[in-house]
Amino acid sequence: MERIEHGTDLFDEMKQRFLSFKKHKYMQNLELYEKLAKDQAPKFMVIACADSRVCPSSILGFQPGEAFVVRNVANMVPPYENGPSETNAGLEFAVNSLKVENILVIGHSRCGGIRALMSMHDDVETSSLIGSWVSVGMNARVRTKAATKLLNFDQQCKHCEKESVNCSLVNLLTYPWVEEKVRNGELAIHGGYYDFVDCAFEKWTLDYKESNPIGKSGKVAVKDRAFWF
Amino acid sequence: MGNLSQEEAIEGLKKLLIHNDKDEQLSKELETKIEKLISEFLGTTPHDCHPVRRILGGFQSFKTNKFDVYPELFSELAEHQTPKFLVFACCDSRVSPSNILDFQPGEAFMFRNIANLVPPFNQLRYSGVGAAIEYAVVKLNVENILVIGHSRCGGIDRLMELPEDGSTENDFIDDWVQIGLPAKAKVKAEFGHLPLDEQKRECEKEAVNLSLTNLQTYPYVRERMARKALALRGGYYDFVEGCFKLWEVKSIISTPIRS
Repeated sequence: MERIEHGTDLFDEMKQRFLSFKKHKYMQNLELYEKLAKDQAPKFMVIACADSRVCPSSILGFQPGEAFVVRNVANMVPPYENGPSETNAGLEFAVNSLKVENILVIGHSRCGGIRALMSMHDDVETSSLIGSWVSVGMNARVRTKAATKLLNFDQQCKHCEKESVNCSLVNLLTYPWVEEKVRNGELAIHGGYYDFVDCAFEKWTLDYKESNPIGKSGKVAVKDRAFWF
Repeated sequence: MGNLSQEEAIEGLKKLLIHNDKDEQLSKELETKIEKLISEFLGTTPHDCHPVRRILGGFQSFKTNKFDVYPELFSELAEHQTPKFLVFACCDSRVSPSNILDFQPGEAFMFRNIANLVPPFNQLRYSGVGAAIEYAVVKLNVENILVIGHSRCGGIDRLMELPEDGSTENDFIDDWVQIGLPAKAKVKAEFGHLPLDEQKRECEKEAVNLSLTNLQTYPYVRERMARKALALRGGYYDFVEGCFKLWEVKSIISTPIRS
């Protein structure tokens, strides 16, 4: 596996990689690429972290045409009432224009964004953009601190990484056009967690109940939990 | 030749992928064929319709072909990431930079949004993009930022068809793509005589240039560019023609004229 190392090699290497992609993938699958050039019909929307180690195409093998991917710091989905952002513009396009059938929010181990969220001081207003953004996950931090009083900071962060995915799933349901499609069975919402220390992947699906979609304590009901390692 | 179990066959194929000596490196073509064969053994093929089977298959393939084959690299990555790139790309399912430019784990901090737009620095709005730039530039010290546009972009399509009267039929998409209005204005001024489809193609590239300009309004980007610690580049992936363009950002301030 060739890795880009330094200096002027960088863009020569990039050129070789593109030409290799063209020769071994594009030209070998011309019919598929011609079809994709006309239109995309992905079955998945994926929301993943921008972290260089967790690209969904790499770890879950998504090929061209399969997944519409939004990547941001700490794979967060802000709630509808927060107003416009790049993440919910992507969400609206995927759900209403592309009509994806699945949304998958993937968290991961050793997330710098979650660590920043857990490290924030309680009363201090943050001037950093990182702080402003990760504040979207404040519910996850509050729930984590309540549930993990006896754990060390690293363990608390790990808990928050998963809690934040569930908060994002709850936030997805605050979008009326998302909730409608989930209620009608046209759209399924899944959470995922990639642990790159042990190379394991956990996945779960939101269990939507019309009478009680979120649950009294803000907890999300899940089903079809799987753990792959 | 005895009967190999599926597991033995996969192990045998995996051994072929490991290479320490540069002379024994497999050609990329052979590597791709072996990975495809392993996927077939695992019962996973691209475009498998059942969603959960699809993700499971993809993960198993990654673990078998990459994670288990390069344990030292992944153990190092587990401790920290030191990517050399911050990449902005579109969410479009056809343009993942990991597919077309073969970025490996650890190489590129990647932000994907509609039409790969970067808004100007603003502490009150667009903190999502700002957080990514701040994290990549200040915390990770990336040396390169690459903004990649692409053909037949739905976001640019919408930008070029935005109603003149400012009315909107969606909640968030129009609010986002209107970041690209300066690129649209430039395209209308220079290429307004061309058919709308061709104007859209021009706007896909012009929006990349707009994002590169907006990047320079972030103080930490500007500061690092000034001391040559950070380089900005634009890219354009045309999946209709199957080609990739790449260009650099250079600022030139001419010497003042003396009277």
